[in-house]
Amino acid sequence: MIQGRAVVGGNAEGLALVSDEPLSFWGGYDHRTGEITDRRHPLSSQIAAGRILALPFSRGSSTTAAVLLEAIRSGTAPAAILTTGDDTFFALAIIVASEMYGVTLPLVAIPADAFASLKTGMYIRIEADGRVEVSAVSGEDFSNKL
Amino acid sequence: MLTGEHGPAAQMAMSILSRMAVIYGAEELLDISGAHIDSTIYIGDAGLEYAERLAELGARVAVPTTLNVSGLDERHWQEWSVPAEWASKAYRQMVAYQSMGAVPTWTCAPYQTELKPAFGQQIAWGESNAIVFANSVIGARTERYPDLLDICCAITGRAPAAGLHLERNRAGDILFRLVDVPPKLQADDSFYPVLGHLLGKIAQERIPVVDGLGATPTEDQLKALGAAAASSGAVALFHIVGVTPEAPTMDTAFHGRQPQRVVEITLSQLRAARAELTSAEGTGLDMVVLGSPHFSLAEFRQLAPLLYGRTRHPNVEFLVTSSRAMVMLAEQAGYLAELESFGGKVTVDTCILATPMLPPHIRTLMTNSAKYAYYAPGLLNTQITFGSLEDCVRSAELGRIVRDESLWRG
Repeated sequence: MIQGRAVVGGNAEGLALVSDEPLSFWGGYDHRTGEITDRRHPLSSQIAAGRILALPFSRGSSTTAAVLLEAIRSGTAPAAILTTGDDTFFALAIIVASEMYGVTLPLVAIPADAFASLKTGMYIRIEADGRVEVSAVSGEDFSNKL
Repeated sequence: MLTGEHGPAAQMAMSILSRMAVIYGAEELLDISGAHIDSTIYIGDAGLEYAERLAELGARVAVPTTLNVSGLDERHWQEWSVPAEWASKAYRQMVAYQSMGAVPTWTCAPYQTELKPAFGQQIAWGESNAIVFANSVIGARTERYPDLLDICCAITGRAPAAGLHLERNRAGDILFRLVDVPPKLQADDSFYPVLGHLLGKIAQERIPVVDGLGATPTEDQLKALGAAAASSGAVALFHIVGVTPEAPTMDTAFHGRQPQRVVEITLSQLRAARAELTSAEGTGLDMVVLGSPHFSLAEFRQLAPLLYGRTRHPNVEFLVTSSRAMVMLAEQAGYLAELESFGGKVTVDTCILATPMLPPHIRTLMTNSAKYAYYAPGLLNTQITFGSLEDCVRSAELGRIVRDESLWRG
């Protein structure tokens, strides 16, 4: 169990999609499909919709928040986002989504060493107080869950 | 404002801003005296609904406010492949922000307009390249504001007292020392976007300090450096010792402290960074595109003589993206005639990344902009080659990619 800080609190669970490389959602996330489209990024071509997306922080363009807002409205956003610090771009999109549409998703900051232990395909459950429960999932279970 | 005595729009803006201030770790809000709004870019229905909600609630900006690129070149969009539905929604978003009393500058280079901020001024700016320029080259003070929040700051006239608004957070983190970089290369325009790309990759969200620059860069070279560093990383402030206003000396740049890390920048690293800005293979070319950030009057002046007496290859489009004000000045100065006789076009108020203007047969691009080079593959699903301004003009004339490698050989 990892004790994280709920930057925006909420409950979520799902399969992790993890990279230690930051991502700009503008030019990096297709809000129509939930696909990661930054061709230089290790998660390129992965579908992040409904996943627990773990990235250290967002990068580059200030349009990242607007793209995440579109994704939340369209239902193509991740189920939750884990970062290593308070990512203001992700936080803003979620706060505006709750203001505009009454929907939210958890954004939790976790310590860097705990972040480093996360791997794509792990099953993650997030509690409203920022607790992050991680269970390893085997390759077979992984494809079943997908 | 939270209780609504300034009207429902200010109440909504303050509600978002005050929740965000907690996340920024701010103990209070501070007064700003300028804003630049990046939320103008039409991305989809949510951003449009947000703008129209604020406008319907009677939002007015409380401080002088400029507007970033929109999702539409109002006058020329029909010459390109912009879908009519996109045009109509992007236009509604423009109308919504203009109705709030902001100045319709429609540019990502507001620091090259009359409305640019002054040294030490507290501002709330969106648009990564504008943020890094305002902080680094002018010495104005803004945090790296995301879309949607920039307008909340403009409506309330307030910003969280945190981050780069505060003197103590503006010290350099990482020292980049140039070694073995030939002076001839440092004098060349194409050096700056490549250096910026490398700085951003290594510094990420920290503050880089560059030492050992032999040349005195122009405003447009610093613009290119910042835009590159804010694309490959989250750089919102850089210092160049002896060049930028908060770095008269190395000691001042680091606020009297030691750098966290020292990185030596060599010609071979720069060559590798330059190679990363090219995704295309081969010499095929469909379009040359210049102007991210938006082309300045000085850049139009530099381009015009390169085009003189030449014409583009019939299979290669040649496009410059800029603001309507800058294009008007360039026209009056006589720089547009050369562009027209070359067969080039101009798009204003937006850029190829912010409006779906490119027809599907445009597959391979060439540019002198690290920002275009960085984002085109993901946003436009095209291949791109980075080159100097001269390389771009020659390639457009010949109809295939040619690059002068002599400066990069050392």
